[in-house]
Amino acid sequence: MAKKLPKVDVVIVGVGWGGGIIASELTKQGLTVVGLERGKERKTEDYFMVHDELRYALRYELMQDLSKETITFRSKMNVRALPMRSYGSFLLGTGLGGAGVHWNGQTFRFLPYDFEIRSKTIERYGAKKIPEGMTIQDWGITYDQLEPYFDKFEKMAGIAGEENPLGGKRSSPYPIPPMRTTPSMQLFADAAKKKNLHPYILPSANLSQAYTNPDGVARAACQYCGFCERFGCEYGAKADPVVTVIPVAKKTGKFEIRTHSHVRRILHTGNKATGVLYTDVTTGEEFEQPADIVVMTSYVFNNTRILLMSKLGKPYDPATGKGVIGKNYAYQVMRGGAVGFFDDREFNNYAGAGSLGMCLDDYNGDNFDHSDLKFIHGANISVTQTGYRPIGTNKVPPGTPSWGKEFKAASIKYTNRFISVGAQGASMPFRQHFLDLDPTYKDAFGDPLIRITYDFVDQDRELAAFCADKCAEIVKEMGANEKLEINRKLGPYDITPYQSTHNTGGVIMGASPDTSAVNNYLQMWDAENVFVVGASSFAHNSGYNPTGTMGALSYRAAEGILKYRKSGGGMLV
Amino acid sequence: MAEANNTNERPVSRRNFLKNSGLVLGGLVVGGVAGSLLRRPETPAQPAAPPPATDYNQALMFFTPEQFKVVDAACERIFPEDELGPGAKALGAAYFIDHQLAGDWGFNAREYMQAPFYPGEITQGYQGRLKRREIFDIGIQEMNNYSNSTHGKRFYELPPEQQDAVLKAFETDEVKLTTISASTFFNLLRASTIEGVYADPLYGGNKNMDGWKMKNFPGNQMTYTQLIDKPEFVKMAPLSLRDHQH
Repeated sequence: MAKKLPKVDVVIVGVGWGGGIIASELTKQGLTVVGLERGKERKTEDYFMVHDELRYALRYELMQDLSKETITFRSKMNVRALPMRSYGSFLLGTGLGGAGVHWNGQTFRFLPYDFEIRSKTIERYGAKKIPEGMTIQDWGITYDQLEPYFDKFEKMAGIAGEENPLGGKRSSPYPIPPMRTTPSMQLFADAAKKKNLHPYILPSANLSQAYTNPDGVARAACQYCGFCERFGCEYGAKADPVVTVIPVAKKTGKFEIRTHSHVRRILHTGNKATGVLYTDVTTGEEFEQPADIVVMTSYVFNNTRILLMSKLGKPYDPATGKGVIGKNYAYQVMRGGAVGFFDDREFNNYAGAGSLGMCLDDYNGDNFDHSDLKFIHGANISVTQTGYRPIGTNKVPPGTPSWGKEFKAASIKYTNRFISVGAQGASMPFRQHFLDLDPTYKDAFGDPLIRITYDFVDQDRELAAFCADKCAEIVKEMGANEKLEINRKLGPYDITPYQSTHNTGGVIMGASPDTSAVNNYLQMWDAENVFVVGASSFAHNSGYNPTGTMGALSYRAAEGILKYRKSGGGMLV
Repeated sequence: MAEANNTNERPVSRRNFLKNSGLVLGGLVVGGVAGSLLRRPETPAQPAAPPPATDYNQALMFFTPEQFKVVDAACERIFPEDELGPGAKALGAAYFIDHQLAGDWGFNAREYMQAPFYPGEITQGYQGRLKRREIFDIGIQEMNNYSNSTHGKRFYELPPEQQDAVLKAFETDEVKLTTISASTFFNLLRASTIEGVYADPLYGGNKNMDGWKMKNFPGNQMTYTQLIDKPEFVKMAPLSLRDHQH
């Protein structure tokens, strides 16, 4: 029998970016908030020994322990889903700060096109442009409505950047100047300009200079140390929840964080939640935490899984296309790039920062004409200098063996002589791609794992080939050797190689309870005092890193929760 | 090509770096502005290096001596000594692998190893019930078996060209094994050799940081602000995590 605890105003499930933002905004307004975090506490001092590629990048120090919980995966419904036994395609965060600790910090705004993708696609190309089974829909919000929240997130995190010439309108410039320009970034910019493209410095949550944000949080500048993605920042220069929003919430005295607290169910009667049930993983003891408002702020997979296990909201049924929880799972197409090798110069490839790069959006969203193309949307194309580390980076020209004398010589020669131009391809939802509960495999508590049914489709293959050609043109122009590695061909989705931790969907936002799980305040249509915050709300995935958009939506949700609290209940939309 | 002028510097301890640079590690401002007032640390001349000490780390935690010989020889073929510098053997890669197999990684401790086990599609990843240390046990035995049956000698007794042929037969699944695929073992061996060559020396490989030196990888540096936007390539002497431990 679970021990019942005193009721609080708000309980949040998972203390990463979503949870941290909600906690800081709500506690500032006087609400009492309890944050339940399944992992351990984290702080900047933990990263004293962080320049350890093996421990953090290869052994996944900061990631969820898969022996306790993983996901299962199948390519289609008539295939048996099997567990992801070890890491590959994406890396799940855990602990205070969540995946917001091990991210790179690349902080984009999705394009105006993204939020009205269905309407705008039909408007420009006609309904026939959307192939059978592609379930794109408008998000129930426009870019202009979301703009103030983007601005708020960027000022909180201290985003360094310059205006994207092809992006949505901005109400104010980035709070700090862009990151410094490396030789490879300059080559990319020069090559792109020659092709009449519109390069700009990648917006970065690694501070380009010391910065004090509107909450009074001061952080030091990035040192370009080259240990960013998969690592925590020893300087607090990379914006993460632990050095930004969480201390602000804690300072109010209204925020209690309980680590090692694994939430298993949302408790509810009728269409209202009454609290959550969680297990203290250090003792095995079960607790009920009653609350007026429950906010799900876990990653995509557990936001969806906990709703399904709690029987809250209507589960998605791919046979009918009806139901919403688990719908529109999307990912990203990271194939579609080119690698150039340079015999006549060396680059300081070992140095870098997670969001140090130069990019362009000429082939992203609907910034180019798709009339004669067999896909919609596109990709942000970039060169990044995130710090090439020696175990993970052994790039050799095509045709080189993968071991032995020749491999050794080539991998050593080219480690500082290659530049990779990559495309971050958007991912459209399809009727047959979804999340549900696995019927066989369980987590450490005996609860079902979440099951992913997903594969790449023709849309993705066309997009990858198109982007690979564009990337190859740019890297050639940059002066690379004749022999390029061009990654045009996209095979089936494979869960083993790392691609992108940009999983989206499952609890999507929209204008109607028939087609979406939450409204544009991320309030559940089926349970007015439950808010589900995260990239789980994305109705599709764009050709960008998701955190900027996810952060903006978190601020929007916080505002909604305060409104809801003030009005004493009811739907906000 | 410019040499960074820091080869004679005392290794910079993190504590001193943070103190000297006035960095603030995030948190609320109490008063004033957070500094990023980077100053170069003091640079007294380094005392002459002491003679090399016994490496007490080079002893076996998991492999038998026989297994170690096979792995040591195989690693060396994967990453051989040449005119560029030492190979996996001199870098201690096989000791690295031995030590890794003795711990969490060898037991797949942080991976999902619950039943039921079904063979899956390649795109679903490894679905076997064997742990890495068991895969190594089997793979090493099979390498010796195959070497014996094709060349009449154990793997490590073969000349390099024949060792390469054996490895190639594993890499391409020309060798048929019952419990695992030969290429699964080969890929694991190859990946862990590269780790042993380039991981921080604290793990037992990359001896003297010689793997990093060949690759011009500077290891564990506090900052690259001085060179990040400079056009020339900068070589510098590497530092290891040991340099933080004082």
